[in-house]
Amino acid sequence: MIRLEKRTAPSQFWTYAAPLLAVMLTMACGGLLFAALGKDPFVTIRTIFWDPLFSEFAWYYRPQLLIKAAPLVLIAIGLSFGFRAGVWNIGAEGQYILGAICGAAVGLAFYPTESVFILPLMIMAGALGGWAWAMIPGVLRVKFGTNEILVSLMLVYVAQNLLASMALGVMRNPDAMGFPGSRNLARYPSATSWINESAGLHWGVVFAFIAVIFAYITLSRHIFGFQVRLSGQSPRAARFAGVNPGLLVLICMGISGALAGLAGLFEVAGPSGLISIDFNAGYGFTAIIVAFLGRLHPVGILLAAGLMALTYIGGEIAQSNLRLPAAAIQVLQGMLLFFLLAVDVLTHYRVRIGTRRIA
Amino acid sequence: MTLKTLLAGTGIALALATGAFAQDQTKVGFVYVGPVGDGGWTYEHDQARQAVEAHFGDAVETVFVESVPEGPDAERVMTQMALQGADLIFTTSFGYMDATINVAERFPDVKFEHATGYKTAENVSAYNARFYEGRAIQGHIAGQMTESNIIGYIGSYPIPEVIQGINSAFLHAREVNPDVEFRIIWAYTWFDPAKEAEAASVLIEQGADVILQHTDSTAPQAAAQAAGNVVTFGQASDMAEFGPFPRVSSIIDDWAPYYIERTQAVIDGTWESSNVWHGIPEGMVAIGEITDAVPAEVKASAEAMIEAIRAGEYHPFTGPINYQDGSVWLEDGEVADDETLLGMNFYIEGLTGEIPQ
Amino acid sequence: MDMSAINPVLLLASLMVAATPILLAAIGELVVERAGVLNLGVEGMMITGAVCGFIVTINAGSPLLGFAGAALGGAMVALVFGILTQVLLSNQVATGLALTLFGLGLAALLGQSYIGIKAPVIAKWPVPLLSDLPLIGPILFNHDPVVYLGILIIAAVWYFLTYSRAGLVLRAVGENHDAAHALGYHVVRVRLLAIMFGGACAGLGGAYLSLVRVPQWTEGLTAGAGWIALAIVVFASWRPWRLLLGAYLFGGVTVLQLNLQAAGFALPVAYLSMAPYLATILVLVMMRSGRAPGSLAQSFHASR
Repeated sequence: MIRLEKRTAPSQFWTYAAPLLAVMLTMACGGLLFAALGKDPFVTIRTIFWDPLFSEFAWYYRPQLLIKAAPLVLIAIGLSFGFRAGVWNIGAEGQYILGAICGAAVGLAFYPTESVFILPLMIMAGALGGWAWAMIPGVLRVKFGTNEILVSLMLVYVAQNLLASMALGVMRNPDAMGFPGSRNLARYPSATSWINESAGLHWGVVFAFIAVIFAYITLSRHIFGFQVRLSGQSPRAARFAGVNPGLLVLICMGISGALAGLAGLFEVAGPSGLISIDFNAGYGFTAIIVAFLGRLHPVGILLAAGLMALTYIGGEIAQSNLRLPAAAIQVLQGMLLFFLLAVDVLTHYRVRIGTRRIA
Repeated sequence: MTLKTLLAGTGIALALATGAFAQDQTKVGFVYVGPVGDGGWTYEHDQARQAVEAHFGDAVETVFVESVPEGPDAERVMTQMALQGADLIFTTSFGYMDATINVAERFPDVKFEHATGYKTAENVSAYNARFYEGRAIQGHIAGQMTESNIIGYIGSYPIPEVIQGINSAFLHAREVNPDVEFRIIWAYTWFDPAKEAEAASVLIEQGADVILQHTDSTAPQAAAQAAGNVVTFGQASDMAEFGPFPRVSSIIDDWAPYYIERTQAVIDGTWESSNVWHGIPEGMVAIGEITDAVPAEVKASAEAMIEAIRAGEYHPFTGPINYQDGSVWLEDGEVADDETLLGMNFYIEGLTGEIPQ
Repeated sequence: MDMSAINPVLLLASLMVAATPILLAAIGELVVERAGVLNLGVEGMMITGAVCGFIVTINAGSPLLGFAGAALGGAMVALVFGILTQVLLSNQVATGLALTLFGLGLAALLGQSYIGIKAPVIAKWPVPLLSDLPLIGPILFNHDPVVYLGILIIAAVWYFLTYSRAGLVLRAVGENHDAAHALGYHVVRVRLLAIMFGGACAGLGGAYLSLVRVPQWTEGLTAGAGWIALAIVVFASWRPWRLLLGAYLFGGVTVLQLNLQAAGFALPVAYLSMAPYLATILVLVMMRSGRAPGSLAQSFHASR
């Protein structure tokens, strides 16, 4: 009989080896899938995982990796605090939308004035919008004991409807002949979040790196990081250690909401450019997966977001060069996530084969 | 190290090989907003892509990427196609407009064709279909098929393209049946089978015995079939599997003639930027077979109308037409100009209710 | 504007049909959550069921077999989730989201060659005698068999959870898995079964869309129905009969909204569409019984 025995401390070896194992398992299973679809598995795998980084046109794809990964990193870093402390904000998608709406509203309100203060104001509005949206489940949990997983999820649907009404209503571009969607903020010099478009650099990328560093220091050096970790591992011990659980919930929700809002704002003011009905492309949900794949560790999140971005970009190349259906990429991503989540068991548990001994 | 060099080496060799290959082959890229299996909008664009391949054979290579979200992803996919040597790229969703213009600036030698937008550039054309021509035929048939004099209309989003369709269908239904009324539901989606089915059943319950849809799934067809005595029209694709009844005809988006024409222009080196709005005459809007469920004289007059539109003798928006409030939009014999149509945000006289904002 | 155009009998009857796919998916998820597991992959399981049901129906020619296939397909992908979360102790939230991604892709791949085919029509099953009753007859007793099946499953789940011993065990596992384990119950086994049941129900719900409502296979067919099912479970505060009510209320808001539009009222559609979700949050806050199962979304590992 196979059984699992909890390790007293996470295995150092498997912390690093497990993700590699998962990627290799995915390549093996993905290869079988591609072969079944009549594609050369080796070429396909190389196209997805290798070409974006090292092919002839890698000079173009590498910056694109930054663009794709930045919102994921930003959101996932915010979420990781809460997830460590047992605060389950799964409504980052909604906070991302609200950040974009609030930030864009500020930008659009100033159009076409030019001033250096517009972008900073938008950034504040974006963070505030995401923060406020996250405060709803936060406050409801603290005051009424409602489940924040569910409330934050419900608020995603509310946010999506709000987005549609904004794109079709008050934010509609008056010069667009009745088509939905706002003005393009990326074309509005004072509002754009682009720093250097061909280098893939916008303020969201900068903030993502700052967030990683900030999170790393907070979690490893600061008392707040200690409280977060303690609350997640043992809520009772945390209370004895003087942690105010309600406040901790609010802070964790606030950080994740504000960062998700920032991600939305940077996206709408740069890469995406405008508020449209389908503005949100699922970053908020993907970031949840990224946070777990990165084992809730800032550096891990950075790597996980990079890996996800790689499969998106490589997947597109495989679609156009090898005629792989988009669905096959989705299945591959699904498998990659499954394997990454599954192998984590090796880090925290020892696999024992044999009959159960009575201790 | 050796493995790395080896892999990199094959990568370059492969790239060179395809590069050399691309010299004599014209490469055409397609960017799709939905999956090719959506049975509607994207499906029809992909059918046209296949028609391009069939028409040109080995002279043309096509590539496509499906389900590309609007925004940075679209821009990346277009750039990637341009880098890989595409000579012509069709971007098939309104939301790709700004991305298309951006990428086109960076690749002046690549030609771009953007569907349903209004921005053009030196190397960017815009193309759109006059769906309202097909709606006129639908209205003409629907007005005569209805017995309850109530026609249900499922709109997607309140944008000019959809409003043109409603006005056109209503105008031609009233023409043949002065008692006809339209009931309009805005589904706020292009594709959501469950919601479309609900919208259709609601309209049927409210007495509609003809359903016109501007959303892409077959769910309204199924709802009509279940009701038994309700007439429908296919949308985007033929939906022939629901014929001969309830589906009595359809509007088909037929992009193939345009795609073939533009590809040929690139091959010949005669491609020039343009902004076209094609309809029945050019074959971009096709009317699916009118089934025998339609009385012969109705079918004949509908076909006569198709021919008149095809010959350029008849414009569906020919005055006298009034605004909803009764004031004059078009004088007798006056024909609507394209600019007004493209920005259409009003109902014509006789339609009730307001367009949601 | 014409209120008289709205026929309440037909409205209620169509509501029952409209609510069925969400209802089926939600009742499955309810059992899963009562067992203490949060599976956010409902959408993925639904669409897998939708495609499996369609493929089986077209190949075997029998919608009955199709629905069986859909249930099986849904249960199989749910089992992947079950093994990951229960045996390999992965995080339920992340695994559920991954399941949605996986299911959407898998369904699209499986369904590639089935686009544009129409499923055979499933006839209505008017209940003898009862369907002739005035008012109630057409509302309640003149539907296709799956509508009745949905209500039967709800009744069965209610009975199972309230009166059966196994149901008691399931609830115990969901409320406090450590205590249930200490009492000698097989937490993992119970949860795996619950997860598979949830997958099967979601599969049925998906197949109702692909075989009855649409009835065709297209990619993205479920268009978010699975997410609504998740919301309804919460709205119902994990009670089977309230789930029925919730599904009808959710469906009711949509159908009523469409009815009002068709009758000529100009509505702020987007804001109305938010209403059910806001109502759900309100329910969560107001109802004391709106408390989630104690062990919801927590991994269980028997350390001894």
